Amino acid sequence: MKKNLLAALAVLAGLGISLACTNPPVIEEVLKIGDKAPDFTLVNAVDGKPYQLSKDFPEATRGYIVTFTCNTCPFAIKYEDRIIALHEKMAPKGYPVVAIQPNDPAIKPGDDMEAMKAQAEKKDYPFVYLFDEGQKVYPQYGASRTPEIFLLDKDLVLRYHGTIDDSATDPAAVTVNYVEQAVEALESGRKPDPATTKAIGCTIKTNK
Amino acid sequence: MRFFALLALWMVALSCSSNGQPAGSDDAQEASPDRPAAARAAYPFPVYTDFEQLKPWLERSNDTTYVVNFWATWCKPCVVELPYFEQLQKEATAQGRKVRVVLVSLDFGKELESKLLPFVRERRLRGQVIALLDDDYNKWIDQVSPEWSGAIPATLIYRGEDRSFFPEAFDSYPDLEAALADFAR
Repeated sequence: MKKNLLAALAVLAGLGISLACTNPPVIEEVLKIGDKAPDFTLVNAVDGKPYQLSKDFPEATRGYIVTFTCNTCPFAIKYEDRIIALHEKMAPKGYPVVAIQPNDPAIKPGDDMEAMKAQAEKKDYPFVYLFDEGQKVYPQYGASRTPEIFLLDKDLVLRYHGTIDDSATDPAAVTVNYVEQAVEALESGRKPDPATTKAIGCTIKTNK
Repeated sequence: MRFFALLALWMVALSCSSNGQPAGSDDAQEASPDRPAAARAAYPFPVYTDFEQLKPWLERSNDTTYVVNFWATWCKPCVVELPYFEQLQKEATAQGRKVRVVLVSLDFGKELESKLLPFVRERRLRGQVIALLDDDYNKWIDQVSPEWSGAIPATLIYRGEDRSFFPEAFDSYPDLEAALADFAR
């Protein structure tokens, strides 16, 4: 009996250590490359109107650059101009930016609808700036930080997930623009490579 | 019976097949923080521009438990949990426990002087502060942990081959202590 217990403990210890070690990768993605992303309807802070992803973006003839971002995260601020530039370059190719602010304004008052509207107007956002009311959308996408990109094709299938480029703090030092590269791949019938990237960002603020 | 024990051992061996390098010269530096002024950089903490410089801190193979926290002065939840790491370093040192807190700041290079330096000075941080300025995040985040999305705060706790990754803030000091208890023997 005691021996059985010891053996069981040994197995459990082995399991525990194998889980704790760095390899193999164990990250559980909510949305995997090739999965269909959920459609959603969220209110645009700028005009106060609801927008449905699959219906209200006629310029999205090829796909969507769904971008979780916010007013307050220093990384989102670093990337703000680059997100605007991304839209201006990609929307004419059929891939508009759809920006979503996922933070709970009760925790981050600087990210409430009023502040979102003010920021969008100040910088003259050429894209909608949607508010994830009740934080219902970001968990379905498995977003964890701002800024974070989900590149979808026109059928809402996830094709690329991750960061915008390889130089967060210095736009002049960018050597790879992952999103542009992914769009180019899709447009020439290839799979984006890399299809996923990671970056440092601010945790999405939630009380849940 | 023996089979189970062997299986367990096998899993341990398999799961930890890539091992860290032996503690290198950085440990020597660690042991003598009061190096001659001439050898000191402009900051009272190391500033690494390449992740490779940080890597030895994530793979030391001695019997110390390393608590490596990734943070930034502008990250509110990071700053909220920072006192727990400070308390841990203080109590562990007082109790003679082999625990080393390493605070890896991801503050921006341009803000080291205006933000990180005053913060470190005002708080008189006990943990080993390191500024990491390697912007090519995608290159190194998986090397800290494949479980990490890149959101901060995040903490890696390890002793030798034994590693646990915590992708969010600790809610309290007891929470941090509990995480560490798994490494105490």
